[in-house]
Amino acid sequence: MTSVLYDVPGPKARRVSLIGSIVGAVAIAGLLWWAVSILAAQGIFEPERWAVFQIPEVWVLIGNGIIATLSAAALAAVIAFPLGLVLCLMRISDVAWIRIPTRIVLEFLRGMPVVLMMFFVLLVFATAPFAAVVAGLVLYNSAIFAEIIRAGIQSLPKGQREAGLAIGLTSFASRRSIELPQAIRRMLPSLVAQLVVLLKDTSLGYIVSYEELLRKVQIMADFLGPDYLFPVFFVAAAIYIAINFSVSRLAIWIEKRGSKKAAGGVVHVPVAEIPVK
Amino acid sequence: MDVIIENLPAYVDGFLRTLFLSVVSGIFALIFGTLLAAARVSPIAALRGFSMTYVEIVRNTPLTIAFFFAAVVLPRLGVTFQQFEVAAIIALSAYTSAFIAEAVRSGVNSVPVGQAEAARSIGMKFSQVLTLIILPQALRTVIPPLINILIALVKNSSVAGAFYVLELFGYGRQLANAHGDAVLWVLVGVAFFYLLITVPLGYLANLVERKVAIAR
Repeated sequence: MTSVLYDVPGPKARRVSLIGSIVGAVAIAGLLWWAVSILAAQGIFEPERWAVFQIPEVWVLIGNGIIATLSAAALAAVIAFPLGLVLCLMRISDVAWIRIPTRIVLEFLRGMPVVLMMFFVLLVFATAPFAAVVAGLVLYNSAIFAEIIRAGIQSLPKGQREAGLAIGLTSFASRRSIELPQAIRRMLPSLVAQLVVLLKDTSLGYIVSYEELLRKVQIMADFLGPDYLFPVFFVAAAIYIAINFSVSRLAIWIEKRGSKKAAGGVVHVPVAEIPVK
Repeated sequence: MDVIIENLPAYVDGFLRTLFLSVVSGIFALIFGTLLAAARVSPIAALRGFSMTYVEIVRNTPLTIAFFFAAVVLPRLGVTFQQFEVAAIIALSAYTSAFIAEAVRSGVNSVPVGQAEAARSIGMKFSQVLTLIILPQALRTVIPPLINILIALVKNSSVAGAFYVLELFGYGRQLANAHGDAVLWVLVGVAFFYLLITVPLGYLANLVERKVAIAR
């Protein structure tokens, strides 16, 4: 697409583009240099600031933080997916008194900040922070999973369900053995993308005092002194980004691979259907 | 229930601050995000690279980290704010602009190639193709996803409540501490005010999806 917007550059345009690239690179480098010089003025690059990473306990704390983050995300994902599946089936049920209440509940869950749900569980049910984080993530993400799978089912040709019913399957059997396998396969990229969102949202545990990575950073900074806040924060942020980045890559890989394998290829949901976080 | 009515002024104040944060960050994010998307498709390699790196990094950063950086780390580095709202707006707009850039870019890609080719063939240059032909069409297709991003922004602004800004969630925390016996109702009240923004916006997105967007 990009190439359609402008000509294949000739010698003059190449020169202009090169100059533009250099100017742009210099501007960005200038910004970076400015930021770095501010940091340097604060003494961030003094080696002793980074010497904290020679203390094994620091790495133990960071490691515990990562484990806490990943275990909350993993447990929430494992619970949220089947729950989302059930909610999806209820949402598209033929029975009005199942369909309509489910729709209201889903609407409610999707319109709510995740952190509010975590906070709610934490205070109202007086649970441990871990349970509050997992419960908040499960409530929100099962609603999103339900909507994604629903979009997948609706993207299937009508004939799939009609054929299923025509050969005498019950409505549920048609959903289970005809529609869901295709829908889930088609929506795999969106589902994995939502997993990235879920993983990112575990950091909200910081707010409900769950001791995940970011909270550990805060604890370390409180303990070691404010001078070490930046180095520790920097490393934690880098770890967070690296984990999320790998899961995002996985989503892209599945999308490419899936487009070869899934019948009719993977599908991009009608854009309005995907809630973005 | 009484606790909601008694503290209505606090709720309304928090609601207005949530709205304020969302609107201001939304405007900044829309502007910055569109610029990022334009940079992403531009012929200048340095701009493309910058836009791509920015979007990749920010999309994979949890919002809480962005807030932590703006509200806790920045002041430690000597960048202090008179009000924490400024930190919240910086974090929210920086975060949201990456998603807006992605949405606008996929909108640009959804405009048929023939449109760009026709514009090119009548002699328009890159900036004209983009501003006169591609973006006006792209913006229409991206309106529903943009509204969804703005809904997410409203919900995300709740994180500000944990970083010294008294918006809805911030008041919720305060009231929950003060009324330990009525926590349930305090939080139901907070939820109600969030739904007051997000549910109508959701319906708007569906409506626009059906009415305004061009079928392709």
